[in-house]
Parts: sequence; C-alpha cells; structure tokens
Amino acid sequence: MLKLLEGPQTLGRGKIFWSCFLAVLAGALIYPLFADSYDVGNFAYFLIWIFMALGLCLMWGYGGMLSFGQTFFFGIAGYGYGVLAINMGGGTTTIAALALSVVIAMIAAGILGYFMIWGGISGIFFGIVTLSATLVLAFFLGQTAGPEWHIGPARLNGFNGMKGMDPLTVGNFDIEGSALYYVMIALIVIVYIALRMLVNSSIGNVIVATRENPQRAEMLGYDVRKYQLLTFVIGSGLAGLSGALYTSWGQFITPSSIGLPAAAMPIVWVAFSGRNDLTATLVGSFLLLFGFQTITVYSQQAALVLMGVLLLATVMLAPQGFVLGIGKLVVDWWTKRRRRNEAPALADTARLQSDET
Amino acid sequence: MSAELFSVFYQFADVFAFLILSAAGLAIVFGMMGVINMAHGEFIMCGAYVTVGLVNLGVPLPIAQILAALTAGIIGMIVEYLVVRRFYKRPLDSLLATWGLSLIVTQSMLLIVGSAVRGIGTPEGSFAIGGYTFSTYRLVLFACAVAVLAGLYIIFMKTRFGVIARATMQNAAMAKALGARTGRIYSISFGIGTALAGLCGALYAPTMTLIPTMGATFVVESFVTVVIGGANVLLGTAPAAVFLAMIRMALNASYGQIIGQIGMLFAVILIIRVLPEGLSSVLVRRGR
Repeated sequence: MLKLLEGPQTLGRGKIFWSCFLAVLAGALIYPLFADSYDVGNFAYFLIWIFMALGLCLMWGYGGMLSFGQTFFFGIAGYGYGVLAINMGGGTTTIAALALSVVIAMIAAGILGYFMIWGGISGIFFGIVTLSATLVLAFFLGQTAGPEWHIGPARLNGFNGMKGMDPLTVGNFDIEGSALYYVMIALIVIVYIALRMLVNSSIGNVIVATRENPQRAEMLGYDVRKYQLLTFVIGSGLAGLSGALYTSWGQFITPSSIGLPAAAMPIVWVAFSGRNDLTATLVGSFLLLFGFQTITVYSQQAALVLMGVLLLATVMLAPQGFVLGIGKLVVDWWTKRRRRNEAPALADTARLQSDET
Repeated sequence: MSAELFSVFYQFADVFAFLILSAAGLAIVFGMMGVINMAHGEFIMCGAYVTVGLVNLGVPLPIAQILAALTAGIIGMIVEYLVVRRFYKRPLDSLLATWGLSLIVTQSMLLIVGSAVRGIGTPEGSFAIGGYTFSTYRLVLFACAVAVLAGLYIIFMKTRFGVIARATMQNAAMAKALGARTGRIYSISFGIGTALAGLCGALYAPTMTLIPTMGATFVVESFVTVVIGGANVLLGTAPAAVFLAMIRMALNASYGQIIGQIGMLFAVILIIRVLPEGLSSVLVRRGR
C-alpha cells in the first residue's frame, strides 16, 4: 500500500520531499498554539476549499475532464447538510448529516456523469453542460425566498441563504475554532494521501491512460466510461465535502457560493497551481486562497479581477500552471547541482526526470 | 380560438427569439473556430450598456442598438487579435482564457460603473387579439431573431466570404493551402459572433435591469442551444432553438420561468445521452 504513495503520476518523492511534508504538517499542527483564535478560524476557512481543488485536479489534470460544476456539487452538499442538520436535529447527528450530504452530492454526480459520459460528450461540451447545470441550480435557489420553499423546518430563503443549522457536533462539543482546524488538517492529510495512492494505483494508471487517449485505453480492454464516471464521482464528491464543511463552518450558505463568479474559482486555483499534480494544486490553491482573502478585505471586486488576470496569464504564459512550473525549476536546479557534486547518483536523478515528463 | 392560438404562438416566439438571439453569436464562433467564448455574456452586457448610454444621450433607440452591435463587434475583433488567436489549436485553453476575460470585465464594471445604471423603459405599444393584449416589442424581437437567421443564411450561403468561411470550417488547412486567408476569416467570424452578442444585449436592454452581471442571464440558454445544435451550427442552431423553445414554452406556461429553465436543462441532459453530436448530426445524415 505505502509503495503507492510515490509513483509516476505524482511529483515529489524520496526523503527530502517527505521531510518537507512532515515539517509543513508539524508546523500546521502547532500553529494554533501560538496564533490567536481568529486567525486559526480563518485558516480553517481556507482549508475548506482545498478538497474542491483536489477533486478538480483529479478530474481535470488526471482524468482530462474539465468540469465547471464543482460549485454545483458544493451547493448540493452545502444545502444538503443544512437541510439534514436542521431536520435531524443537532448533536452528533450532524456528523451523519455531513456524510449523507456528501453521498447525495456523489449520487448527483453519478447521475449527471452517467448522461454525459455514456452520451460520449467530452472536452468543451463537458465544461459548458456542467456550468449550465451549476447556473440553473444557482438561479433556482435564488428564487426560493418565499415561505413555500422549505424542506421540513428548513427554509431555503432565496438569495439571503439558508441559516440556522448546527455546526458539526459530537455530543455536546461543537467542533469549532481550533477543533475544526484540526479536523480539517486531518481530513486534508487523509484525502491527499488517498488521492496519491489512487492515482498511482492501477486504477489511476487507467484514468491517466484515458486522458492521454480514450480510444487507445478502450482498445486495451478497459471500459473507459466506468473509470471516467468513477473519477467524476470522486472529484465531485470532494467538492461536496467542501460544501458541507463550508455550511457547518459558517452555519449559512447562499446561492452566490454556487453561481458566477464562484464557479470560476476552483478553475483558477487549479489552473494557476498546475492541474497535473496533486501537491502543486494543494500548495497553489492554499496560496491563492490566502492572497484572495487578504485582498477581499479591501475590495472583493479587485480580488476577483486579480483572479481573472491570473487565469488569463496562466493560459497565456504557463499553460501547465505557475506553481508546478516553479516547482519543476527548483527540482531541475537541485538535481543539476547534485549531478555536478556526485556523479554516481546519476541513475537516480535520471529516473526522477523521466518520471516528470 | 384564434386568440388562444395566437397566444401560444406569441409565447413560443418570445422564447424562440431569446434562444436565437442569445445563442447566434456563440454558435458562429463555435462553429467556425471550435472555440466557446466564455466572455459571450460580457459582450451581451457591452451591447446593452452601449445602447442605454447612447439612448440617454438622445440617440434614437434603433440607431443606438445598431451602433451597440457594431461596438461589440469591433471590441470582439480586438479581443480576437490580442487573446483568442493564440488558442485556436488549444480549444480548452481558449475556454479558460475567455473565462478569465469575463471575470476581469464583469468585476471591473462593478468597480467602475457600480451596480446601478438608469435603464430605459420598454418601447410602448401593444395590441389586443380577443381578450388578450400583447406587447409589440416582443414581436419585434421575434422578427429580429428571424432576421438574424436569414442574415446568417445569406452571409454564409450566398456570399464569397461565406463560401470561403464554410471551406475554412470544413478543413482549415486545405482552405489555407488553396489561398484563403484563414486568419482574417477567423477574425471576421469572431467579430460577427460578438456583434451578434452585442445585438442581443442591445435588443434586450430596454426590457431588463442593467447590471454588470446581466450576461449570466443569457449564458445558460446560449450554451444549451449550442450543445443541442451540435457541430454544424449553420444547420443545427435554428432547429435546436425551435425544439428547446417548445419545451420551455410548455413548462413556462404551466409552472413558471424557473421550472421552464430546469426542464430545459433536463431535456438537454437527456438528449446528449442519445444524441451527443447534437441535432445537426441527424440532419446531416438525413441530407446524405
């Protein structure tokens, strides 16, 4: 199992990489000890969105399916959590609400994915059909202001958004503040490690083979549609996890976190970071979220303009992504230096370089 | 009886006009270059703002609308020259680039213009058939949609530009080898596409509130029409609009706008399962 942590589909390997990984993780774990609780809450807020970015990275970078529907599933699970948490009552059932809402998002992804993938649409149309679904959901929720729009005691409330659900709770203990932060860190480590294992497993190889050439993968005897659907369901389910966590974090959700411009954000994070690698996406998305939040305090529009500029700049200057590009430069520089110093290690570096391409 | 029949036709015409006008520009760009212009909604918004600005300066509405379409066309050609041109070999990247552009434009407009702009009222005039009254302007919109279709038919089927454009659409490399200046064809086509988007905004400007995010109101309809129309846009767009308008009209009448839109989306998702290539693939097969 552990062998799958490293492989041809992921960058970063060996002692140096994993030492850095552990150092960052240790830093993240002790951070709440010396930061004030407001900052910890903010940090937890950035981490919410990482799942969505990793899901898109899996679908787009590894599976070659450019989904514009991450906020669609974000919204389904976000509203799903709200409705379930209100209807089932607070307390420990909120954990069940979280799990169920993610399952609902995955079922929705399964249905939408079935029609698109079995219909055989791909490329551009995959993007605009998922975006159409996203926008329609946002429009629909936007006009549910009237009192007739409710599921049990849960009012949908139109543009003002749904509120009044409990945060994640175990017994009498609300998972908020630094407790929520630790839950997020744990979830991110689990999801990141699991995705690394997935893409380096034989399933991951088929997913990548399908991205490279669907006909060839099919000729090799794989039913590529099943692998694509699996990728789509997992990627969208991660967006759902973000949505459910978001609702429980702020105890509210509005349609504006589904429609435009929210739907563009995961695309910007992943494109800027480098869609072909999970680690690049993880790091890049976090940096972008941090920057975005810093600027949003002054002007949300300015922050969104900057996101647009970054997206445009990425596709024009570094189609593979900036973070990935910089990461590769560093690795190249490092291996070159090592090669000069110790010639015997050549075989090792050669392997590393061939895997990157 | 005839009044009811006309009422049904009127509702159909209303939805049909909306679908055709919002989708025509997107369809031309997609059909010619295989590029989906994600900033389509922003060109619509541009047309609407220019129209309202000119009318507020005292320009008569029809002239303002034509000028708005021209403005959008010229801006479109500039955008093509600066950005889109680089991505003809990478259609997915063109999607991202134009989406980035769309974000920049919408949010800058919100920053600069703000959300409130004084609108212009819908041109008055209505007529009655039986017990019902109908707005004349809605029928003008329908006439414009039909005129757009007829105009595109003439441009692409009856002119020299059209012949070269269709050749480029079928096989760009071959057309280039035969001496067609494909770069210029692309530039003009993109200009036509964005001018049509501008026209859409110009025509609907009097009927809606002007906000920088208004483009989003049109994009779902334009996307689904293009998806259902399929690759051969000259053949597919009009039947797709007729088909979707019928579904939409039936649902609108009994359940309201939003259910109409949801129903239309469901219909589209069902159809791509059976006809992933769109309606035009069926029509092309029939034609052979």
